[in-house]
Amino acid sequence: MSHVPNINFFKATTGLKSWLFTLDHKRIGLMYLGFIWFSFFLGGIFALLLRLELLFPNGWFLTDRQYDQLFTLHGAVMVFLFIIPSIPASLGNFFLPIMIGAKDVAFPRLNLASFYIYVVGAVFGIGSMLIGAVDTGWTFYTPYSTSTDTAVITMTLAAFILGFSSILTGVNFLATVHNMRAKGMTWFKMPLFVWSLYATAVIQILATPVLGITLLLLILEKTINIGIFDPSLGGDPILFQHFFWFYSHPAVYIMILPAMGLMSEMISTFSRRSIFGYRFMAYSSIAIAIIAFLVWGHHLFVSGQSMYANMIFSFLTYLVAIPSGIKVFNWMATMYKGSLDLKTPFLYALAFIFLFTIGGVTGIFLAALAVDIHLTDTYFVVAHFHYVMVGGTVMAFIGGMHYWWPKMIGKMYNEYWARVACFLIFLGFNLVFFVQFIMGSKGMPRRYHTYLDQFQPLHAFSTYGSWVLGLGFLVMIIYLIHSIFYGEKAPANPWNGITLEWKTESPPVLENFDKVPEITHDPYDFAAVDGKKYE
Amino acid sequence: MASATSNLSLVHSGGVNFPLAVGEAAYRVDALYFFIYFLSAVTFFGIVGALIYFVIKFRRRPDHQIALNQMTHSTALEIAWTVIPLILVSIIFVWGYTAYLKNIVPSSDAKEMRAIGRKWSWTFEDPTTGLRTNNELVVPLHQPIRLIMSSEDVIHSLFIPNLRVKQDVLPNHYTTLAFTADRAGRYQIFCTEFCGDGHARMLANLVVLDDADYVKWQADQKAASSATLPLNELGKKVSTDQGCFSCHSVDGSKSIGPSWKGIYGANRQLVGGKSAKADDNYLRRAIVDPAAEITAGYAPMMPTYAGKLSDQEMAGIIEYIRTIK
Repeated sequence: MSHVPNINFFKATTGLKSWLFTLDHKRIGLMYLGFIWFSFFLGGIFALLLRLELLFPNGWFLTDRQYDQLFTLHGAVMVFLFIIPSIPASLGNFFLPIMIGAKDVAFPRLNLASFYIYVVGAVFGIGSMLIGAVDTGWTFYTPYSTSTDTAVITMTLAAFILGFSSILTGVNFLATVHNMRAKGMTWFKMPLFVWSLYATAVIQILATPVLGITLLLLILEKTINIGIFDPSLGGDPILFQHFFWFYSHPAVYIMILPAMGLMSEMISTFSRRSIFGYRFMAYSSIAIAIIAFLVWGHHLFVSGQSMYANMIFSFLTYLVAIPSGIKVFNWMATMYKGSLDLKTPFLYALAFIFLFTIGGVTGIFLAALAVDIHLTDTYFVVAHFHYVMVGGTVMAFIGGMHYWWPKMIGKMYNEYWARVACFLIFLGFNLVFFVQFIMGSKGMPRRYHTYLDQFQPLHAFSTYGSWVLGLGFLVMIIYLIHSIFYGEKAPANPWNGITLEWKTESPPVLENFDKVPEITHDPYDFAAVDGKKYE
Repeated sequence: MASATSNLSLVHSGGVNFPLAVGEAAYRVDALYFFIYFLSAVTFFGIVGALIYFVIKFRRRPDHQIALNQMTHSTALEIAWTVIPLILVSIIFVWGYTAYLKNIVPSSDAKEMRAIGRKWSWTFEDPTTGLRTNNELVVPLHQPIRLIMSSEDVIHSLFIPNLRVKQDVLPNHYTTLAFTADRAGRYQIFCTEFCGDGHARMLANLVVLDDADYVKWQADQKAASSATLPLNELGKKVSTDQGCFSCHSVDGSKSIGPSWKGIYGANRQLVGGKSAKADDNYLRRAIVDPAAEITAGYAPMMPTYAGKLSDQEMAGIIEYIRTIK
């Protein structure tokens, strides 16, 4: 290999083509980051419109069909274009190689290919809106999805294509972790973010093909009338639900595991404290990845599934809660007697613990069979999964983006406005969703365009909250964009972190390190740096 | 109807969390719910309390730059916070499953009734008397009911919040729903599986009558079905029962289908550029073969009612439409 100039990766080459054809994992990570946030804001605008429409019981600016299309698009964009790729494809791509002391991922060309596959999938998904957006809900349940006249085929094809992007990224990360670790970077010296991406990659590779096959069967049924799911052709609609959730429940852990990894990084750094229970943390990620495959049936408790299947799925659902609980307790123990630096990324980590705990305990309600019968398909479920997905994954993603913003962009953002935005997002989120638990247990079904008058004050409250939440994100966009142009130059290690990414410059040099770093201590061994192992 | 004319409010009855419970199943659900609620509150406030305490006590200050302790693990603690939650969730699991079994298994003396769901209405039938009602399930007080349910098209789900019971309604096999109501009154029924444009209006009522009222109701129903109503009143009753108003308004407002107001005798602009006068034969075709002529601006959504309505009932609906000017 020829000599690589010691120059930051933004300046190494320039011009549009140098980005479009780049094989640098850092550039690919940043391009993902841009597309992923674009998708988030698109899905977010849909959400604000939905809440606005629900201000009044009989709707006021959308037809039934438009409302149904809008909640479907909100779900599909947020799930397939935003939250599944979110942390792994952007921050994971950028930091996984750096954190294990590698120059790049194992297959840089494949990495670029997964990015373009993602773009093609996104074009299909967003394009389907122009030719008659789907109105089935993001779950595409049959036989409704085989009988509606909206663009089900285009949207499922989009999800099918996006699945390949996800699989290829997973393969790439697995190979990278196995083969590209620097000398001395043993498995148990890897940062927990790397462990979590590894567990995520396993799920991506094993579960995503099932979704691909299912959606392909759905397309076959719609186009050439092969009876698989549609009872009028001799198929079974419940089979679709089993297939669909066999992917989509593990996918929930594709969404949350990388967030948990990020949490460990941020909590350790901002507590200046070795992570508590490193091995339990690593093993619990793997345990979650395995048990995640065995709980899909809890989405089918009222579908007509046998009561014995319900019993087993209820039990396994409780089992998967245990490793998540272990993580929360270990983060708390990590903060105990630490030196807590209340910077913005850490505030998001605190918000995560607060919100994810609510998301977690409300999951216990839903796993209890008798209680789930009442709560399923109501707003209680909507609130529960938003507390997990937004309160968990999105909080960690935003926190992680702030944590690594100086490293990725080389600029500092405005700390004051970042805290303001964090507060608005935290407050707004709770205003929108907490009241939905009560609406749900009171009986308000989900996916209703119009509703009984008596629910109006609760719906209106939730809608007002959505404006606070939207304002928080608006503030965030403004100061982040501002920082790119006018931010102070970031030092190499603004938070005094001790994992490898803090040992290179901000932004990193072309092949990540001037010389391959020496691994001298465990990833969170602050005792080696600060002393004071035990009191 | 012997009881109140509107459904018991879900929001304003019962406590903060639930609508008023009106059956055994609901009491079981609520008891377990509040047990989990209590454990959750303890867990949540414990975690958040500790979080706040740590943030105040251990926040970074000029004289507190590095951690006081670098403890890396404690097997005893790890085992404690694995095993204790495991025991608690095991209790919840067993409680949840046994309560579920009691709630879904109907008692042996249950009265069997049929429910049929379709886009976007419900039909309920008592097979012992042959009495059929639309969007209104009428049952005797304290009588265990076993509802045998099926769908004519996509998946629906029947949900009675006051009883805490819910079950999907499938097109390819029968599902059942068991419940006993122990308070007379009118209660809300929802469809809770997304089924298209009219999903949110696929509503029905559960009417629980004490024995005397139930006997009287049965007698009234039988009398009404044999009595000769004037045609337009018959039409109004039939179109209410059949759920026509899920899609057609009578006040001129646009819904899934065209409004009936002023439609009789009017010229209709059709999909494909033709137009037609909405006379008796046009309206009859619109009922028995709705896909044949679609008014411009609407989708061909309506199912056929051929075979579901008698000639007299169809004439009644047309007469009724004629009265809506």
